[in-house]
Amino acid sequence: MKLRSLMPGAAATAALAAAMAPAAFAERGSDGQVNVIMWQAPSTMNPYLSAGTKDIIAGSVVLEPLASFTPEGEVVPRLAAEIPSVENGGISEDLKTVIWKLQPGIKWSDGTPFTADDVAFTAEYCMNPQGGCAQLAKFEGVEKVEAVDELTVRVTFVSPRPDPFSAFVGAQSPILQKAQFQNCLGEAAPTCTEQNFNPIGTGAFVVREFRTNDVISFAANPEYRDPAKPAFATLLMKGGGDAAAAARAVLETGEFDYAWNTQLSPDVIAGMEAAGKGKNAAAFGSLVERIHVNLTDPSSSLPEGERSTIKHPHPILTDPAVRKALSMAIDRQLLTEIGYGPAGQPTCNLVPAPAAWASENTECLTQDIEAAKALLDEAGWTVGAGGIREKDGKRLTLLFQTSVNAVRQDFQALIKQWWSEIGVETELKVVDPSVFFGGDAGSPDTFQKFYADVEMYANNFEGSNPEPYLARQTCDKAPGPENQWQGENTSRYCDPEYDRLIGEMTQIVDPAERGAMGRRLNEMLTRDSNAIIPLVYRGTTSAVSNALGGVKLNAWDSELWNVADWHRVK
Amino acid sequence: MLSFALRRLLLAVPTLLFISLVIFLLLEASPGDPLGDVPLTVPPEVKERMREALGLGQAWYVRYALWLKQFFWVEPLYWFDRVFGTGFSQGMQRIISFQSRSPVFDVIAERLPQTLTVVGLSYLVGVMIALPIGIVSAYRQYSWFDQIGTFVSMVGFSLPTFFTGVVFIIVFGIKLQWFPSIYDTTHRVTDWDSFLVQLRQMAMPVAVLALYNAAQISRFMRASMLDNLRQDYVRTARAKGLSERVVVLKHVLRNSLIPVVTVIALGLPAVFGGAIITEQVFKVNGLGQLLILAIHANDMPMVMTLTFIFAVLIVSFTLIADLLYGVLDPRIRYD
Repeated sequence: MKLRSLMPGAAATAALAAAMAPAAFAERGSDGQVNVIMWQAPSTMNPYLSAGTKDIIAGSVVLEPLASFTPEGEVVPRLAAEIPSVENGGISEDLKTVIWKLQPGIKWSDGTPFTADDVAFTAEYCMNPQGGCAQLAKFEGVEKVEAVDELTVRVTFVSPRPDPFSAFVGAQSPILQKAQFQNCLGEAAPTCTEQNFNPIGTGAFVVREFRTNDVISFAANPEYRDPAKPAFATLLMKGGGDAAAAARAVLETGEFDYAWNTQLSPDVIAGMEAAGKGKNAAAFGSLVERIHVNLTDPSSSLPEGERSTIKHPHPILTDPAVRKALSMAIDRQLLTEIGYGPAGQPTCNLVPAPAAWASENTECLTQDIEAAKALLDEAGWTVGAGGIREKDGKRLTLLFQTSVNAVRQDFQALIKQWWSEIGVETELKVVDPSVFFGGDAGSPDTFQKFYADVEMYANNFEGSNPEPYLARQTCDKAPGPENQWQGENTSRYCDPEYDRLIGEMTQIVDPAERGAMGRRLNEMLTRDSNAIIPLVYRGTTSAVSNALGGVKLNAWDSELWNVADWHRVK
Repeated sequence: MLSFALRRLLLAVPTLLFISLVIFLLLEASPGDPLGDVPLTVPPEVKERMREALGLGQAWYVRYALWLKQFFWVEPLYWFDRVFGTGFSQGMQRIISFQSRSPVFDVIAERLPQTLTVVGLSYLVGVMIALPIGIVSAYRQYSWFDQIGTFVSMVGFSLPTFFTGVVFIIVFGIKLQWFPSIYDTTHRVTDWDSFLVQLRQMAMPVAVLALYNAAQISRFMRASMLDNLRQDYVRTARAKGLSERVVVLKHVLRNSLIPVVTVIALGLPAVFGGAIITEQVFKVNGLGQLLILAIHANDMPMVMTLTFIFAVLIVSFTLIADLLYGVLDPRIRYD
């Protein structure tokens, strides 16, 4: 995880130091109003009812978890007094229970004390089977959550957990107030509009007015634990428009202080920054744009229910030389420059971070068309009619699909060109994102069904533990009719050795060993097999006005994770 | 007239029911998934639970019947309760949006003022500009005024609002910095200064939409005036020695207004529908923006309810236009 400001490093540090100084002496509410524009407008304040990033960010202004992730991906206490570990006795020897000690003296914005009961209630709220909780995965493997006393919570897991920081950690699973939400359990959860729009929290701000999909007004929380914070008296979060208009409002007109998710083409951003009103900042989490290679046969001549299933191996792509050649022919540097500019880095890894897990896998970064050609020649693929290679009567023709997205279509065109240079013919296909990512088992166009030879999309993992993410690439996670096409091993990668190592990993506790194992698994998927061809390590970008200080962009947690520290730069 | 109105009203009921069924089936058949925006990090089992919590597990006819019940029974009861303080709708499920999990009608009520002030005002301004332009253009056909009027309305017709809107923002918002480029829906008019702020933020969206509306209506007005100016009764009026002013403004204008009034009445439902693109460009966040967001998010209850309300408005304004026609033009009788 790297936080990269687009200002030159030294200037950034100096500006930050200068900006931090007055903050220390400021008093609550002395800096007036801060304006934030979210071009995708938040729909609700309750992250348990919506998995959308926009709603999680809005919720994080008011609701807080026990611990947060820093921009570096480390876990830091927030409502908890300390991070539980085996050393401090917070995590039991058998790794099945975690004791969270809460900070004493914290109050909800209505003045009542925050207690362990609220934490236990939050777990009950999300784990209720009728509630349709969007963050249920955070509570996976949790057997029970109990309040031991006022300030102690015990979380018991079904099986040992080397990394228990999912429930109550990060903006996706903050603590709800029991008194407010106790009548909103299960089926009643969505009907509690008043509670979902105006949750009582412990965070720096309280909701003053919530208008769904339009605008949210916040005011400083009078009960916030640090009497000097937040520096701003009010926060306005406006929704609507598009990324370009949002960036314009910060960088060109200066009407807003912060614009979320300004993913625009690098030259557009540079033009806007020239106005000198602000900068576009980027932070890197774990998002990787990659190509999945279909190892099974998607041919339409197969009966429905057998296409793209393990029953039928792919006639061309099961040849490792072809997969390797496809990867070698791609110029990742150029793709990154064109598509993402400073908000991307070329990568050969599926797991690009945290540092302990990121493999030193840089071989693919240099494009080598000649070597790719030689590799194909060696494997017996000879150039045939129209410059397309063939072998045993099979032509190297691929169907390449992705979702509708300007950058992805540029990538498709470039990759098609490079592949044609090594004698691979590519047919392009684009699918509407709501269908492609919709997961409708009845649709032939979802990324899970994968009725194509190669496909491109991006994915990431939450929190700083990549283990569950890697565990989704095992044989049994390959989508197919038996699991309603819901698995996440879209390449249909199946190596018994990989599955065995994943099983072994759940027993490893030592972080360094876990990292080493993670690197090995990552290399098996990428460098060794080329079942997944990573392209770009993508950051999240947001536009920040020069008049706003204290922003530390965070890709591991909510971007507004430290909104309490934001202040006006005069 | 009364029996005609009643007959039309009765006929509207099956028409609207049919429309609602068609909208529902279209939404049902369209690709896309309300959970399509849920990040890939959410596992499929959790998604399945969320889907069930949204009520998507049931067959389409069950959901359609439920929607009908909620729209025609629960919602009216709820609003009745709100007005009279009764408790008939206690415990009944209102129509709930998938995106925000809040009652659809509350959101619509929240959005309506923005749309009515901005889009409604632009319609009013558009009509006020269009009528004089149309009248003068027709009376002085092919004069320089007519040529300019024709040019302006062609520009208004042919330039889409997403283009004019962005041009306005770049010129008046960024370069000149006269007007804000983002509409503040939380702004309250309390005194003279805040009223000026409101005027400033409304100026650009209203101007863009007014240009568009005025272009259409002024062409209708001009054409209708031209038709009437050539009529025999105009010649008779002039021959009687009436002044030009009386001839044009009393005799010709009144007769020419008949079709124009119907056109204006038929355009009114669009005011409620909001201006999808213009609202998006200026971030007015009215009903148009609500609809487009709901479509993107596959928020079925919201899209269904909004489009159905538009259908009701269109059907009723068509009826109003028909009746107005009868009132304005004594030659037309519905018997």
